[in-house]
Formats: sequence, C-alpha cells, structure tokens
Amino acid sequence: MDKSFSLWPTQASKQALHVDLFYIFMLAVTAFFTLLIAGLVVFFAVKYRRREGAPPPEKFENVKLELVWTIVPLLISVVMFVWGAKLVVASSKPPENALEIHVIGKQWMWHVQHSNGRREINELTVPVGRPVKLTMQSQDVIHSFFIPAFRCKQDVVPGRFSYLWFEPSEPGEYHLFCAEYCGLQHSGMIGKVKVLPQADYERWLSMSPAGEESMQVAGAKLFSQYGCATCHSQQGPSMAGLYGSERVVWSGTPDKEQKVIADDNYLRESILYSKAKIVKGYSPALMPTFQGLLTEENVSQLIAYIKTVGKDAKLGNEMTPGGRMQDLLPPRPEMKSRNSDSEKRDYK
Amino acid sequence: MTTIPVNPELTSPLPLGRKGPSYLDISFTVKSWLLTLDHKRIAILYLLSMTALFIVGGAFATMMRLELTTPQGDFVKAEAYNKLFTMHGVTMVFFFLIPSVPATLGNFLVPLMIGARDLAFPRINLASWYLFIIGAAFTLAAMFAGGVDTGWTFYTPYSSVYSNSQVALAVVGIFITGFSSVLTGLNFIVTVHKMRAPGMTWFRLPLFIWSNYAAALIMVLGTPVISITMVLVAVERLFGVGIFDPANGGDPVLFQHMFWFYSHPAVYIMVLPAFGVISELMAAFSRKPVFGYKVVAFASLAIALLSFVVWGHHLFTTGQSVYAALVFSVLSFLVGIPTAIKVFNWTFTMYKGSVSLETPMLFALGFLGIFTLGGLTGLFLAAVGLDIHLHDTYFVVAHFHYVMVGGVVLAFMGGLHYWWPKITGRMYNEFWGKMSAILIFFGFNLTFFPQFILGYLGMPRRYYAYASEFQVLNILSSAGASILASGYLLPGIYLAYSFVKGPKAGDNPWGAKGLEWQTSSPPPVENFKKMPIVTEDCYNYPLVDPHDLQPEDRLIDSTTKDDDKLKEQVKDKLS
Repeated sequence: MDKSFSLWPTQASKQALHVDLFYIFMLAVTAFFTLLIAGLVVFFAVKYRRREGAPPPEKFENVKLELVWTIVPLLISVVMFVWGAKLVVASSKPPENALEIHVIGKQWMWHVQHSNGRREINELTVPVGRPVKLTMQSQDVIHSFFIPAFRCKQDVVPGRFSYLWFEPSEPGEYHLFCAEYCGLQHSGMIGKVKVLPQADYERWLSMSPAGEESMQVAGAKLFSQYGCATCHSQQGPSMAGLYGSERVVWSGTPDKEQKVIADDNYLRESILYSKAKIVKGYSPALMPTFQGLLTEENVSQLIAYIKTVGKDAKLGNEMTPGGRMQDLLPPRPEMKSRNSDSEKRDYK
Repeated sequence: MTTIPVNPELTSPLPLGRKGPSYLDISFTVKSWLLTLDHKRIAILYLLSMTALFIVGGAFATMMRLELTTPQGDFVKAEAYNKLFTMHGVTMVFFFLIPSVPATLGNFLVPLMIGARDLAFPRINLASWYLFIIGAAFTLAAMFAGGVDTGWTFYTPYSSVYSNSQVALAVVGIFITGFSSVLTGLNFIVTVHKMRAPGMTWFRLPLFIWSNYAAALIMVLGTPVISITMVLVAVERLFGVGIFDPANGGDPVLFQHMFWFYSHPAVYIMVLPAFGVISELMAAFSRKPVFGYKVVAFASLAIALLSFVVWGHHLFTTGQSVYAALVFSVLSFLVGIPTAIKVFNWTFTMYKGSVSLETPMLFALGFLGIFTLGGLTGLFLAAVGLDIHLHDTYFVVAHFHYVMVGGVVLAFMGGLHYWWPKITGRMYNEFWGKMSAILIFFGFNLTFFPQFILGYLGMPRRYYAYASEFQVLNILSSAGASILASGYLLPGIYLAYSFVKGPKAGDNPWGAKGLEWQTSSPPPVENFKKMPIVTEDCYNYPLVDPHDLQPEDRLIDSTTKDDDKLKEQVKDKLS
C-alpha cells in the first residue's frame, strides 16, 4: 500500500482508467464554469462599481443570451449523462468467465471465501488480469464494499445477494473499505486487496490450510445433513439443472402465477422463507423454513452446491454428514451480545 | 452609507413628529414575546432559537474536525465520534438549514414584501414555533440522554434494530418538527395567494416571495413522507415489526426510498429560499432588476417540481437496476438546468448596474462562487458511472457542504445583514461585517475544497480513523474550519453590539426597492400605516427620489371597515 501523499488515487483495474477519463472531463467542465462565473463576478463588480460620475444603471434584457445559457448546459448535461451511462452499462454485467468469490460483510469484518473453500478475513486475494465476480451478502446491517484503486463500490444489503465485478490490472496491495456507515467500528472495517500474478495466485489458492473444504462440498454436506435430498429427489421439485432455469411459481394469492429465474436470490428466499414462492404443482405446506437454522455462509454454500448439480446429476444421500459440519454452524448472534462484544473491542 | 429618506407619510405609524412604537418596543414583557401573534416577533423567536441550535451543531463540527487532524482516533473514541457526526447532521439539517431562511427571514418578510399586515394564520404561525421548540427539545434530550449514532440519514436496519442509542427519541423530535415545517409552508402558500396588497400581481412579487412559495410547496407535499418514515423507524425499534428489517421480511432499501423522497426535495426547501435572498441582494446592490425576472421565478417552480423525482440518485450503489439508475441520473441532470439559469441570471444582474460591495453583497458574491462549484460537483454525483466511485466518500461531504453551507448559510448571512437595519432599526459595523464575509469565504473553501480531493482518493465518510496518506488534506480542512468558526463568531458579537448601541439605520439605508423598505425601521406592529398599493413591477430601479412621490399615489385609507368602499378606492388608484 502506498502510504505517501498523493492527489490522485492509484489506478489498478481496467475500469479505473475509464472512470478517470470521465472524471477529468468533468473536472475540466467544472473548472471552466467556476472560473467563468468567478471571473464575471469580479469583472462586473469592478467595472460597474458604484461611484461618483459612473453611468446610471441601465435596464438590460437579452433573450438570446438566456437561450445560450439554457441550451449549452443542457447539451453538456446530455454528454455527461451519456458518458456516465455508458460506464455503468459497460460494468453492469460480469463476463461469463469471471472468477467467483463469496463475500460476507458483518459488523465489523469482511469474510471472504474462495470456491475451493479457502477463507480470508479482511483480505481479498485475486489474480491479475482476470475478471473477478464477488457474490456478497450481509449478515447484519448494510455495508458497502469499496476498492478505491479499482473505482468500484457496491452496497451489501442484508436479505439479498449483491454483486460486484472488476478486473485487476496491476499486481499490488490496495485499500478495501466499508463505505456505508455500519455502526461502531465502521472506520475499522477495512482490509487489503492483494493482486497477485496468475501463477502466484494459483500457488496461494492451493495452499489452503488443512480442514477447509470447497464451498460445493460444504454445501453438499449441508444438503445431506438437513435431509434436503429426501424431498428434492422424490416428491419435491428436483434440483437437477435448477440453477438459472425458469420456474413457474405461486406467489401471494394462491391463484396468481408468476415466472421467475432460479438465481441466487430466488434460491436464498426459497431456502430461508420456503413459503414465499411455491413452485406450481407443489403443496406449500411441505417444506420447512430454514430461517435461523442456516447462516448466510451456509446459504452460499448450499447455492454453490445446487449450481454444480447438472441436469443429469444424481441427487441422493451418498454424502454422509460429516461430524464437524455441526461445529461450523455458529449460533446466530443475539443483539445484546453483539453490542457488548463491540464495547470490549477497543480500536487500535 | 447612503441613506435615502422615504416619505414620512409612508413610514411613520403615527402623525409626523411623534415616534410611534415599533413591533420591538410595543411591549417588553416575556409574556408579550411568548404569546405574540406578530409574524415579526415570531421571526425573532425563530432567529434566537436557531442561532442557539447552530452553535450546538457547530460545536459538534469543531470536535469532529479536531478528531480528524490525526489519522488515529485519539481525541475521541469511535462511539463518541459516531454520535458527534450524527448530532451535527441532525441539528444542522432538521433544526437549522431547513427552517433557517423561511422561518426567520421568510416569517419576517413575506407579509412585509407583499404589503400584508401579517401572515394568513398568525396563531398557526406561533404554534409552528412551539412545535419547532418541542421537536428540538426531544432531539436535544436524545443527545443528552446518551446520543444517537446512526448518522442523520438513519439508515435501516442499523437504526431500527442494531443501534443501541436514543434513536426513538431523536426521530420523534424530527417527526414533531416536521409539523412545524408543514404549518409554515401552509401559512406561506395561503398568505401569498390571499393577502397580497392591491396591485401586487403574481408577476410583481419579489423573487424572495416566489422562491419561498416554491419551497413552501415542497414543505407541504414532502414533509409528511419523512414524518411517516421516522414514525416507522420508531415503531420498528419499539415493537419489532418487520418493515425495514430483512430478518422479519422487511426491506432495508425501502427506508432509503422513503427517506430520500423527502430528503432530496428538502435540499431545495433549504436552497430555494436562499436563492430568493440572493435575488434580492443582487438587485438591491446593483440597483437593477434581476435579469430575466420571469425565468428566475419559473426556475424556482421547476426546481421544486423536479426535486421530487430525483431521489433515486442516492441509491445508485444499492443494487438498484441499471434502468432505474439511468432514469434517475437523467432527471438529476435536468435539475441542473434551472439552477444554472439562475446563476447566470444573478451574475448578469450586475451587468451595467451600479454595484456596491457592502457586507450583504460580499456574502452574495461569495455565494455565487461557492454555489457554482457546489452545483457543478453535483453533476459528478448525478453521472451514475462516476457516482459509483464517489458515493459515500468525502467528495459527497464536500459537495453537500458547498451547497448547504455555501448556498444556504452564506445567503442567510447575506440576508440577515441586508435586512438587519429593517429588523432592528440599527446599523452594524461595516468593517467587521466585511471581515466576517471574507473570513467565512476563505475559511469555508479551505475547509471543504480538500475534501473533494480526499473523496476521489477514496476516503469514505463517517470515518473517525483513516489511512495515513489522507492526513495532509485533513489537516488543511481542519485549519480551514477554525477560520470558518471565527468568521461565524464575529457576527454574533458585532450584531449583538449593534442591537444595543448601533447607530440608527434609517428606513431605507440601502436605497432599495421593495415594500419592506417603504415602512419604518423597525416596522410598526401593523407593518404599514395604511394599506400600500402597488403600481409598478418589483426592482423597478433606478430608485425614484422618494421626495417626488405623492403619498396619495401609493396609499389608500384602509382604516375604513367598509370592504366595498375599499375596493372602489383601490380600483380608482389602479386605473
């Protein structure tokens, strides 16, 4: 991390250059108009100052002038809007080949899990030159994942998945901030983004400490542990090829049909609030709700597992529940304890 | 100081040669102040209470800037800092910026400027001050009972579930104050519609009236939304219903929609009346009509209407759909157009004018510079691609201080200095006035300009400890804040001195147009001795020598109780 004083943030992602160019354009427009107004104010104040023998004030109206300063700002606004819109449209969809990493924000740390199971706290290690897609959740309040050097930011809102993608272009270490005020240690919820060359990254990823299992395996174990397969292979809807497919569901009033795509948020909702959207043809009473039983991390793992289940997959009980899986489930923190914790934690 | 005498017939509440009581000297008892129905006295009540709250909010800001001179949190701990910025924001936004210009200057001037004896509902006006005080008391109580640590935006679910501070008390205070705002707005709307003096047509209204009218529309239409939102937060905290808490099936982003649906228009409740002040100042100190009067008037209404459809630009990073973001982005740019028109029109008001740089004008010119930069940096945030990076950083902090402090506080100070001789009948020390304007201008820019750079560098807002490379700019900012603070303290001293010992100002010390300058300083209780009738457009400079005026040209005998007779008189005069 460069600790020296600078007037311009480091550029370390492909997107940063585009944002900076737009910023420079905006700066130029701002400087021009600010200096224009300031210049006119000073010039008029001196030239037309009240003094003995100065000509009396004259009425002055000029429609053409008014049209100019209505239309010119309008045109400049159009340019700004289109440029800004292009930037956001270009960055709205992550590329297909993006490396997916899971992030959970909680008071007050960033919890990162790579697909092979490797975990990091307040650090995010990514390879250079490859698009990275973050799938993020919050365990408590709204956080915001912000990497200034990449010029990207995304709120992490509890109760739904949010996504962020970027393509690091320079190896190095960069700030990772929480940008949305999230309580006592908001300023302490910071971390590092480490961008490694591809080979170093592969080596780093493979050096997973013992005992960490991939998200899919953890998900499969949960699937088995909670007996999901019992229904979802027989009387319930099958998980095979489910992810990304279109589902016809009942929602709200029982005779209202609705089409949804089975994406992360749909799966999350169906796991935690199983009665929200019932697949057409199934009884709403069948599936229990898992709210309070599963952590956000568990939900991510389950979804990671469901994603891997192809159309021809066999679903069943072949995965024996590991004894230590239960230990992985932390109790949902109570409000009281969270606050007493926070008091104990002394910043720096 | 040129003092242009005004025809004594017009100004003196009593026959020439006898000094009649002004609204200030009619009675000196505490009761006569606390139960007054006179809009001018109520304006003074607001002025005093809001000055006190401004000092409270300013003290919090001072402590924050002290804390931020070093990267480590060594002056106060995290908890204290979080409470400081929350209370600074809550006090300044809800108890100073929103009511400042309308409740003080507006209350004092709206009836005077349109030639009315009072506002339409004097009792409601007094009630709105009491509601303001009760609301402020609740919120201050929350501060003294341990403070609030949610930020003035009260984002859920932090505020509704997680925060262990006095959120409920504070939001109840804001809820109550909301009524005060609605009532003031209602009073202004009815007054402007129904109480204008004969001949005061819509297009003869001073621009200060237009802009307060536009702001009043937003107050009446927008404030109930924030009130409901605040009640919902309190209900969720106290009873745990799942409106905003996702753990109970609520939606935390719903809060942000509701909050900004009011709080973005609220920005214009703050700046529109300030715009009105600037229009008056530019005209008076250039001795010229405001350039493009009608365009400026309509721009106020356009801003008021557009302000209701741009709230989504506060939610660009919440995961809002790209299409929604683009719509809010384009609408946000549209608000910039009427604002740009106003800035150019004010600037060109000086063109071929007779410009004098007295204290109020210095504030107005400072406003033009600062507000221009504040407005233009708003475009950075309206541009969705750029806002993603800038959102929730110090760039935003700098931007809204340029708009709020640069726009509202400078205009408020300018207006206070301009109408001070009318309000008190006395003149302040011009040297110290100018000194204050200059200190505030430079102190302000030194405080907030570095924050634009900090923001682009990536320093998030609401951090009490920060990465060490941000320190240089933070020190500059804190140094600026100390200059700014001294600039604010000065007027407190010389204005108080002027009130007691200042030289008599005369009725129209600036040689300005406008009905408020046609009555004595300070005005009599009934504002005008006789009902004025208006026979010319506002800002119809150059000023006619008042000695040439025939009193009967401008006055009718309003002492008669017979309405028909009155109407006839008016008709005669106007024809």
